[in-house]
Amino acid sequence: MSLLDEMNQKASAQGIPLTAHLDITWRCNERCVHCYLDHDGEGEMSTAEIKDVLTQLADSGTFFLSISGGEPLLRRDCFEILEYARKLGFNVKLKTNAVMIGATQAARLRQLGIEQVQISVYSHLPEVHDAITKLPGSLRRTLEAIGHLTAAGVKVSITNMLMKQNATNAKAVMQLAKDMGVAFTVDPTITPMLNGDRSITQLSISAEELEEIFHTEELVGNVGEFCAPVSEADDDFLEGHSCSAGHTLAYISPFGDVYPCVSFPMPCGNVREKTFREIWYHSDELTELRAVKIKDLPTCSKCSHGSYCSRCPGLAYMEGNMRGPSSADCAKSEARTGIPSAWQTIQRQTQPNWTYPNLVQIKPM
Amino acid sequence: MMPSTETYLSKSTAIAARVLGDETIIMSTVDSTIFMLNPTGTVIWLSADGQTPLSRIIEEKVCAEFDVPVEQATADAQDFVSKLAEHGILVVSDRPLSPKEV
Repeated sequence: MSLLDEMNQKASAQGIPLTAHLDITWRCNERCVHCYLDHDGEGEMSTAEIKDVLTQLADSGTFFLSISGGEPLLRRDCFEILEYARKLGFNVKLKTNAVMIGATQAARLRQLGIEQVQISVYSHLPEVHDAITKLPGSLRRTLEAIGHLTAAGVKVSITNMLMKQNATNAKAVMQLAKDMGVAFTVDPTITPMLNGDRSITQLSISAEELEEIFHTEELVGNVGEFCAPVSEADDDFLEGHSCSAGHTLAYISPFGDVYPCVSFPMPCGNVREKTFREIWYHSDELTELRAVKIKDLPTCSKCSHGSYCSRCPGLAYMEGNMRGPSSADCAKSEARTGIPSAWQTIQRQTQPNWTYPNLVQIKPM
Repeated sequence: MMPSTETYLSKSTAIAARVLGDETIIMSTVDSTIFMLNPTGTVIWLSADGQTPLSRIIEEKVCAEFDVPVEQATADAQDFVSKLAEHGILVVSDRPLSPKEV
């Protein structure tokens, strides 16, 4: 077991929110076609409120902190917040489109000891990237920023979010990352908007494109291993949980709402009304979530994809039931192995023309 | 080289750290190396204020809290400090540091 796994296991056993994701704004200077946020800034937490949240997170044991948005650098106090977070001892990652990062900002991020800057690059082609961000010149500015960051000694990771518009660009973006000396990850999952609107999931790449991605050695490593069907889930797995959301991971919106994860918009409380600790340890929603074990999932517990499935309970929640399957993850399991999930099999037997569900039953925020 | 016991320890600013119960997670922001300190290491870590000599930390904290002979505690602590200093996690000085330097 790695030290990181050991830490997560201890945190889980002690109920410590080891990782937190804090969006300091939902405002953005880009208008990405697949974005799951609206961009309303009305009612954002003040600098003092955010610092108070950070202090509470530190007191609760949070170590890994992602500062994100929206575009976090749109807040004039972004560096003040980052500096405060570092003084509290967090391991800080910054998620940004980087178009506002020049040499000065890059040097400041290095000086603050930011662990990593995570940046979305959609394509190596300006016309494709800029059409997705709807900001002319954004690829050029983002790549220039990556140059400033690497020159300053800041670790950078490029995320390549795949959708219909850029489905064939993954290998070229990976090469771009390699040429720039930065890390690279590819993400084929378009998540519904946090308000429940699923229309943007229509931008998802096709099953065939997903299958091709998962069978590309440069992107996934050993294809044989990556795509191999897995053995049946054992008792240890069935007694466990789907992911860290609500167990060791918390998300906090710019308005103070606490969710289990940014992809799991189940409101558990607001830090303007209660302390973070009260919400984390006593909210009914988190208590219910933590009680759900894999063995309690009516369909997924019997699925042959078992322990290798990346089932996201947040996506399942947005499809109507956090104990249900997440259709995007079923699609990934099938694209990988060629074997339909238990849920896909049921759907195809009962509804031959089935596509993604439209039923959304999430609580209003 | 092993640090002497008349050295002063301070925490590097190029790290992220969190005390969880009686253990401590530390990650270097330079090379992302992760360390997990056990309860004894955590006591030394928490006492690394740049003002208290290592000998006093060993005597007043380590020996007092863990019921260990001073010779053994000194050898273990010097080894521990030496390893963390190698990774830039602890800064070792032969004089007390002012608050501004810590």
